[in-house]
Amino acid sequence: MSDKHAQSVAFVRETALPPLDPPMAASGPVLWMRTNLFATWANALLTIAAVYVIFLIVSATFPWMINGVWNTDSLKECRDVLEGATGGCFSVLTERWNQLLFGFTYPSESYWRPSLATLLLFVAAAPVLFFDLPRKLLLFTAVYPFLAYWLIWGGTILVPILAMIGFVAGYYVYSHFLKKSFAAGFFGGIAAAIVVWYIGGLFIPEGASDNAMLSAVPSRDLGGFMLNMMLGVTCVSLSVPIGIALALGRQSSLPVVKWICVVFIEFIRGVPLITLLFVANVMLGYLFPPESSVDLFLRVVIMITMFSSAYIAEVIRGGLAALPKGQYEAGDSLGLDYAQSMRLIVLPQALKISIPGIVNIAVGLFKDTTLVSVISLFDIIGMIRGPILASTDWGGIYWELFMFAGVLFFVVCYGISQYSQWLERRLATDHR
Amino acid sequence: MTILTDPPRESFRLSMLLYDTRYRSVTMQVIALAVLVFAFWYLGSNVGTNLREQGLDISFDFLGNPAGYDINQTLIPYTSQSTNLQAAWVGIINTLLVAFLACITATVLGVLAGVLRLSKNWLVRKLMSVYVEIFRNIPLLIWILIIFTIMTVSMPAPNAFRGETPSSTMFMDAFAFTNRGVYIPAPIWGPGSMVVVATFIASIIGVFAYRRYATKLLFDTGRLLPMLWPSFAIFFVPTILMFFVMGSPIGLDYPELKGFNFKGGIQIGAPLIALWFALSVYTGAFIAENVRAGIQAVSRGQSEAAAALGLRSGRVMSLVVLPQALRVIIPPLISQYLNITKNSSLAILVGYADITGTLGGITLNQTGRAIECVVLLMAFYLTISLTISMVMNVYNNATKLKER
Repeated sequence: MSDKHAQSVAFVRETALPPLDPPMAASGPVLWMRTNLFATWANALLTIAAVYVIFLIVSATFPWMINGVWNTDSLKECRDVLEGATGGCFSVLTERWNQLLFGFTYPSESYWRPSLATLLLFVAAAPVLFFDLPRKLLLFTAVYPFLAYWLIWGGTILVPILAMIGFVAGYYVYSHFLKKSFAAGFFGGIAAAIVVWYIGGLFIPEGASDNAMLSAVPSRDLGGFMLNMMLGVTCVSLSVPIGIALALGRQSSLPVVKWICVVFIEFIRGVPLITLLFVANVMLGYLFPPESSVDLFLRVVIMITMFSSAYIAEVIRGGLAALPKGQYEAGDSLGLDYAQSMRLIVLPQALKISIPGIVNIAVGLFKDTTLVSVISLFDIIGMIRGPILASTDWGGIYWELFMFAGVLFFVVCYGISQYSQWLERRLATDHR
Repeated sequence: MTILTDPPRESFRLSMLLYDTRYRSVTMQVIALAVLVFAFWYLGSNVGTNLREQGLDISFDFLGNPAGYDINQTLIPYTSQSTNLQAAWVGIINTLLVAFLACITATVLGVLAGVLRLSKNWLVRKLMSVYVEIFRNIPLLIWILIIFTIMTVSMPAPNAFRGETPSSTMFMDAFAFTNRGVYIPAPIWGPGSMVVVATFIASIIGVFAYRRYATKLLFDTGRLLPMLWPSFAIFFVPTILMFFVMGSPIGLDYPELKGFNFKGGIQIGAPLIALWFALSVYTGAFIAENVRAGIQAVSRGQSEAAAALGLRSGRVMSLVVLPQALRVIIPPLISQYLNITKNSSLAILVGYADITGTLGGITLNQTGRAIECVVLLMAFYLTISLTISMVMNVYNNATKLKER
């Protein structure tokens, strides 16, 4: 305590001053720019170069985007409207969006069917992708493949229903025998499904598709971005289980099984996808019995699935190898047999480790579905290169079409990779 | 007193094949083998029936027949009267050419972008992330088509270079960028040029020898020899000296506009450039990610320890961080090279005559020998990828962490 009273000293301040802002150079945007853009001379030069690059890109694309023409019927009309000014001719998108998305032979009154199937895809995928959702939704996921098949291809509803019954019967037999032995359940399930399909196939009447609720659309009428989506979704979802089997086979202690898997994986990974598509296009016909005619879509699905399952197998093998040995031993010490310890202990952990890799493969595969345009399937690239650029109306228009295709792929692929990063953070159980 | 006896010998029952772990593995393998043999037999017999029905057979005789088509970009002598086998060789060499070129440019681009993504400069960092994300998420096929379009639609035609006031001019009077490709000067090998080339090769070996010697000296005695300028000196000086000593034997053949097109020089066709650039920028984005991951994988303590020892930042990078980062970077880098080689098969889209274009494209279509062509094509790519993975294994074993 001081001897003097506060009121007796004239110059003592009674109230505290509010703190001043830090000086301009040490706070706010100036500080940010000094540390992030102009830290050193070299850094400042880099910034200037980067600004120049951005300026070049923006000045080249901005007028082109802003001046874009959206409602003309042909490139010539579009050029007349632009009168020599820089501008995109986006009318090709408004006029041909249906061909870019659905191909040029899919019946236009049925566009709602693939669109609905795409919408439902999100519903079906949601419980798989976000496991906070109620588990009951998985039931819809199980039904979805058959529903989507029926929506897209149309025809009689009996075929998808029969396929579904076969799977249900197989699953029933599998879960019944599972307690006794995995092998018995597995092979019994497959046998039951095949029996159901064979017997049921006899009951589907000839020409059932003729007056079906949804008119049948042959596979060769599928096209556009829809074809890319269908190939991507089908092949990835088919190749994950096959990839798991191949990875387990490659790690197996049985030499014959192991070598079959090794040779398959190395062979498929050693050749480019295009050669496999050539196989699908020109060679697979020789491998099937003479009287059967498997359509090109199915042949392509088979080859792409083989391709991606080999890659996924390698990713999962990495996951299996990364698992501590103690996890395998724990399974053995509990007295679990091979199938049980894999199903309950090893695979859940190994798959979690390999999720980023699997997603990478999925994104790559989705991009690779554009290669089918090489074997004259009209996916989005095939449509652009073929019917649209060859037409008299739109010959000579490139940027708008390529940009559209690029944007579609970018949105899907970027979305998937963002999801996988979210999932990685979400599944991170190691407390580091 | 107890008497030890053998446990009663169990008689063999059929169910033991499935339930007894002693026999189960054998059963499984026999089943697998049987399924495999059956599958091969089934497919083989189908092929046999199909071929017989169409009156075909498996024969590689077509390889000896004249191909009957022209190839615009060849590195070895080839005419349309050459055999299909020679066409395939042209294709193989073209594949290796574009793969080699793309590997180099993709590495340069990828390392640059990967290092810049870790830059302290916010703008540069973001710009590089945009580059990586855009190129990784759009199919290679679209990039190839876009660059091919730039090459063929946006570039001037050769006749734009004609006249008193041409609308386009050659770059430095030596390089012409046209819609048919880029024309660059070609070297002319005069007498004595081989001596210069030999000197050049010897000086490359000399650079490696010097660097190895310097490293050994550093490890043995701790003396640090200068690395950069002696390397450059050994690389350039003897060759340049020899060049003038031999009387400038190597000249340049400049491209010139004659008639409707450029003559002389080397023409790098538009398809090759489209493929090369697209492969480079696309794979460069992936390599950038590998480089970034590799540098980030080196724990921060390593560079801090190096700084604590008083090393300057350049030395920290070259002596401490990079050697450790390379161990992480190189294996995925080599798989990217493999990817480039395999992706070069997309050449068929822009009409570049690689092995897929010649053997798998025109030859297949002309001869109808689908099975033979596809099998040969696969065998080629398999050879390449097995070779590359062998190299990778050797490298991995050489550089893996030696733990004691």
